[in-house]
Amino acid sequence: MNAVDKTGNLSRRGFLHVTALAGGGMLLGARFPLDGARSAFAATADAETALNAFIRLTPDGIATIMAQNPEIGQGVKTMLPMLIAEELDIPWSQVRVEQADFDATKYRGQMAGGSMATPMHYESMRRVGAAARAMLVEAAAKEWKTKPEKCTTEAGAVHFKNKSLSYGELASAAAEVEPPNPRTVPLKDAKDFKIIGQEIPGVDNPQIVTGKPLFGIDVTVPGMKYAVFEKCRVHGGKVKSANLDAVKASPGVVDAFVVDSTATRQPTNGVAIVGDSWWLVNEARSKLEVTWDEGPTASQSTGSFDSQAEALSKQAPEQNLKSDGDAAEAMASAAKTIKAAYQYPFLAHAPLEPQNTTAHVRDGEAEFWAPTQTPQFAGGDLSRALGVPQDRITIHLTRMGGGFGRRLTNDYMLEAGLIAKQAGVPVKLVWNREDDTRFDYYRPGGYHYLEGGLDEAGNLTAWRDHFVSFGQGRSFASSANMAPNEFPQGFVPNFELGASKMPLGIPTGALRAPTSNAISFVVQSFIDELAAEAGKDPLQFRLDLLDSAPAGTRTAFDPQRMKAVLELVREKSGWGKADLPEGTAQGVAFHFSHRGYFAEVVQATVSKDGELGVDRIWVAGDVGRQLVNPSNAVNQVQGAALDGLGQALDQEITFDGGRTNESNFHNFKLLRIDQAPPVEVHWVMSDNQPTGLGEPALPPVPPALCNAIFAVTGKRIRSLPISKHDLSWT
Amino acid sequence: MAIAFTLNGKSTTVDAPPEMPLLWVLRDELDLKGTKFGCGRSFCGACTVHVDGEPERSCRMPVSRAEGKEITTIEGLSEDGAHPVQLAWQEIDVPQCGYCQAGQIMSASALLASNPAPTDGDIDEAMSGNICRCATYNRIRTAIHRAADIAQAPSATSHETATGAGGSEA
Repeated sequence: MNAVDKTGNLSRRGFLHVTALAGGGMLLGARFPLDGARSAFAATADAETALNAFIRLTPDGIATIMAQNPEIGQGVKTMLPMLIAEELDIPWSQVRVEQADFDATKYRGQMAGGSMATPMHYESMRRVGAAARAMLVEAAAKEWKTKPEKCTTEAGAVHFKNKSLSYGELASAAAEVEPPNPRTVPLKDAKDFKIIGQEIPGVDNPQIVTGKPLFGIDVTVPGMKYAVFEKCRVHGGKVKSANLDAVKASPGVVDAFVVDSTATRQPTNGVAIVGDSWWLVNEARSKLEVTWDEGPTASQSTGSFDSQAEALSKQAPEQNLKSDGDAAEAMASAAKTIKAAYQYPFLAHAPLEPQNTTAHVRDGEAEFWAPTQTPQFAGGDLSRALGVPQDRITIHLTRMGGGFGRRLTNDYMLEAGLIAKQAGVPVKLVWNREDDTRFDYYRPGGYHYLEGGLDEAGNLTAWRDHFVSFGQGRSFASSANMAPNEFPQGFVPNFELGASKMPLGIPTGALRAPTSNAISFVVQSFIDELAAEAGKDPLQFRLDLLDSAPAGTRTAFDPQRMKAVLELVREKSGWGKADLPEGTAQGVAFHFSHRGYFAEVVQATVSKDGELGVDRIWVAGDVGRQLVNPSNAVNQVQGAALDGLGQALDQEITFDGGRTNESNFHNFKLLRIDQAPPVEVHWVMSDNQPTGLGEPALPPVPPALCNAIFAVTGKRIRSLPISKHDLSWT
Repeated sequence: MAIAFTLNGKSTTVDAPPEMPLLWVLRDELDLKGTKFGCGRSFCGACTVHVDGEPERSCRMPVSRAEGKEITTIEGLSEDGAHPVQLAWQEIDVPQCGYCQAGQIMSASALLASNPAPTDGDIDEAMSGNICRCATYNRIRTAIHRAADIAQAPSATSHETATGAGGSEA
């Protein structure tokens, strides 16, 4: 297709690459360093030729923009193309969006996680669009024998005096133009935005509401068989023997075999059943009899974790994470001190689409159709496990029925690959809900033994937290860590954070707003206890605390931005002013995570016999100067807030004998519509770089709710979920 | 065993084990992927279809029970995606991941067929069997009210949705 092939500005800072399309039109690719990317997310695909955006402009005037990142419901498939289309200056109705495959030679940062898409791509995607526009303008100027500066663009056409040419008419000529320097190509002023800031509905909505096959579980390939994978209920256990012949004789089953791979850090072990119908192979599991080697995790249980944590709390922390001033001395000289022990449970991600992957492994190559948040991390493991070179592995990205961090680990892709390799045909592996609940990479539970000290005036002078978590030696289990500068570090002169760890054989991982989703509950609840002890209004106590960092202190976030969202939520919720009936009260909390500032008020009603209802949630957020897509922004915030509510109300994962006890939605309870209050969303539009919204609205909800419950009942919720507590009051 | 029913208005015969759930017949035998598998135990509602106009969880319904019945799936709810609920869902921009939404739409359309102007309480009662893991519940309520308006007067003006910057949505 490349009649002409031009590459401009081969600087290390980024370049553009243009190709003329055989049937007319242009294909523009671009490579940029990712704005503000964390090294872990940007580390792959560093080839100088890797591009991270593509626009195909055809003579019909349609701009097709490749959506490079996986879509898990965060709206990125709509959002990133909006950024390009804005600067291209083309009506959204002339934009088509196609999901890109995973391709480390073309794209960078192809992952969904960390609320990173906006901060990574906000400027670079706009520059791609602006560069394409500049090339179209130059092509038009050449045609009219004038200067590009004299031309304007509007609605997908270039104008000069009374002449105009549509982008479709110009596309082939633009493919001959030397691409401009993307770092210096001018960008629009925000006041001229026509797409950014508009409520653009999700690009897949028409397919979603008509039931089109979009998701990983919907994939069908010719000659495909179906598979299930039975693993040891004890995490890390292995197959000793299995009655494979009996299973093979079951209706619809074509093969059954043991899979045992230790090629990757997390081994894959279990019994695969492959057949003509997923339902039949899943039914055949009832015939399966396996003798398991359960391994060492069989001795681990929620009860044993609780008692170990209690014992560890009586000793000095094994590891000091942060120490400011002298917490012991300050505690001893404080006017008042309070102590409290907080804990939170393990949680499952429970995306509604169970884990699945379709795989075809043949002749030294492998092809995958997978709902994965991290295709760029899958290749290495798949290559090692399958013995296929990484550059012979193709991964087609599918839309995902939720992610929440579950699909950051590609364990189910590995299983599908190993099963498909042995089966010798394309295989679609689908977990059932029980598999999904029992074999998660859970949000780890944790324990915090806290002590706070107040002076005569009720100011916080000392804070001590002995965090009992999971891990070995100096390293925490995945997402079982805590940042040394977690609030209120920097805002209290004497601060001590220490940690002790318990060994853990159960896999853990990031759940939406990892670490924050748990730590916010602990910190913002204990702050509330201290405010009550000081006899101060809990919201004002927080504002005062945010003012208390000495000038020049490095804190984890900007206190002024947090104060602004607290002030806004105070105003919008009618905090302290609303005339609430007996049994109804408001609670407040704030949290900084994923670069977002969020303060939230929850209003709850508790009947005297302890029945809890949540009436309304007010959210005030600051994610910078621009919401790319306000419709999706509100949707994400409402969803995150209600996700936090569901967690707090009724969710926990428990273990006995190394096995997960919960199995499906009757005992791992997701929030339902009749529990979901209205969520009001308000914004502080601060003059800061736009940042992401998948996660940061979640963490304040559990503590704000618990603080509201305290305000009604006088009962402190120091362990989650709330459903385990008797909330009755008199 | 051959089982005959009407599927999205067309006579259909399938040869499947009688106890095979309708969900898997739809998805894997008839290649209609819109009806989703979420839990397999009627807890989540992702597999909701209409059986003689009533919402049913197809993951627990043996296909033998479909014999002679009229089954409607998301693919057959309208010819062209223009059922009032489908229109309202797009207008209000309900979906996040979208996985549960076919089931939500089937439950919502069954609700409106029996109750053309539901209250929030009616909606909560009728829709509480459908889990949305992304928790788009605020918009599901708004969209059902909007669909009720569209069904009664297709040109009715849009509900205030006030989702814009600086605004709020309740």
